[in-house]
Amino acid sequence: MVKVFIYPSNSLILSDLVDRFGHEPLAVMQEIGKKIRTASLDSPPVNITPEDPKIGLKYAAVEVPSGVRGRMSLLGHLLEEAQAAILVREPDISFGCMGCARTNELINFLVRSKKIPRLEMNYPVTEDEAKSFVHKIREFLEGLTTAESGNGGE
Amino acid sequence: MEKESLVKIAQLSCGSEYSGIQKEIQTAAEMVNAEIIFPDITIDEIKVVGEEFGLQVASPDLKLMMARAKELVDGKVNADAVLIATCFRCAEAALVRNEIRRYIHENSKLPVISYSFTERTTSGTLLTRLEALTTTARRRSLLSREHQEGLTAGIDSGSTTTKAVIMKDDKVVGTGWVPTVKVMESATDALERAMEEAGITRDDIQALGVTGYGRFLIGDEFKADLIQEEITVNSKGAVYLADHQKGPATVIDIGGMDNKAISIQDGIPGIFTMGGICAGASGRFLEMTAKRLGVDITELGALAVKGMQEHVEMNSYCIVFGIQSLVNSLAKGSIPTDVAAAACYSVVEQVFEQQLQEVEVNEPLIMVGGSSLIEGVPMAMKNLLKIEVTVPPYSQYIGAVGAALLASGFIDK
Repeated sequence: MVKVFIYPSNSLILSDLVDRFGHEPLAVMQEIGKKIRTASLDSPPVNITPEDPKIGLKYAAVEVPSGVRGRMSLLGHLLEEAQAAILVREPDISFGCMGCARTNELINFLVRSKKIPRLEMNYPVTEDEAKSFVHKIREFLEGLTTAESGNGGE
Repeated sequence: MEKESLVKIAQLSCGSEYSGIQKEIQTAAEMVNAEIIFPDITIDEIKVVGEEFGLQVASPDLKLMMARAKELVDGKVNADAVLIATCFRCAEAALVRNEIRRYIHENSKLPVISYSFTERTTSGTLLTRLEALTTTARRRSLLSREHQEGLTAGIDSGSTTTKAVIMKDDKVVGTGWVPTVKVMESATDALERAMEEAGITRDDIQALGVTGYGRFLIGDEFKADLIQEEITVNSKGAVYLADHQKGPATVIDIGGMDNKAISIQDGIPGIFTMGGICAGASGRFLEMTAKRLGVDITELGALAVKGMQEHVEMNSYCIVFGIQSLVNSLAKGSIPTDVAAAACYSVVEQVFEQQLQEVEVNEPLIMVGGSSLIEGVPMAMKNLLKIEVTVPPYSQYIGAVGAALLASGFIDK
């Protein structure tokens, strides 16, 4: 089992697929969930404090908007742990959506910079594409055995 | 003072939670008895809003802001006011922030304020802005007052100076002006001076309004009828003294610690900004310039009018660099009149670059506050904007006059 970073990082579907194929998904829900449990079960992530954007300075300089750095404080260490990654380009909002395009660009870049197996696909818009989409993810995940180095982009 | 009615503020924002400042917004809202609400939006609405709005952006949260703005304009949301907030230094967000603010302003009667935040934004920073926003929402009848009645007093407890006025039957009959040292003592001193000039005692005052940084402290101590932030009070004071109560106007107040640029319609603030990031764009820089030139601050303006700012290179974006430019220019042999003119121009240029980009500049442009009496400042503003600049009588007492004017609405209450 390897730890698989997914993008969009809050996609329940991707998270589920990774899980079904025997790997550990690295998703934002688990991070937010952790924080929510420390405050209130059904709260939004108000437990992020002004300290979090400072933690994000590890990934983006101070001139980068605080919202980007705050998000990176959650996502950054997931990236560091990642041994493989799945990136979906231009996903539909209902598929899983991250609010800040600048953070999205940075995360995609950081994933690509990391020498780990990577599956990168366009978001499917037709039924055939959707089937192929799931099939490729399955193939990719089944092919993951150890934390290989290398580049698995499509 | 009676408890204010609850105001529902629709928050249209991007990045406030991840910047860790959502709690600060909530805290500031609670302090002015306001409730922050997030208009409900479906995913389908977000998908099409870019095309409908005509502004295509990449960030989904910004699309959400546009969709929410549209809901507000269409009257589908029960809100009394709007707060638009996005991350500082995000160009995409700045575009959306400005355009939806303009859109709501032009298509609804909802008061709007916008703000760009960092993780260092605190509830204290947001308080004055939300106070002005909620006042506009809940006190339209008070703000419609055009004449002062009875005998009222106003105190403006500013960061640098404390001003007081006594007004009687629509006229200023007494003024007091002292440097702010200890907030309460300075306020008492200024009020006593104003009362002495007016020939009255505290018992004669029928209503008192207070504003400025020290407003809460002096308001409690003096049991003021009205405790109000400067945006609302200065807007009313400016259009009252400039005798321009109807129609559009722009008010600029370059203060000792921060600046205000307010776009007004019928005496009610619409779009406004408060700057305060660097003292180089404030009255403080002019004070330091006067000190370095060895003249009193009251003489700086007359010097500046005689000078040519083009002869001196100065940029007071930062007060430290501004003073360096000043010292360098004097060392190179620049004459004091040119340096004074350059200092005035530099401050005005900062206000133009940092604040006037965010409000609609409509004529008449009314300059108020102590800095408006430094003749070089309104002159520089006139030259920079190519429009007429009005400095009304008692412009340095603008906050106190506005407070006394609005306080007369509390007589017999």
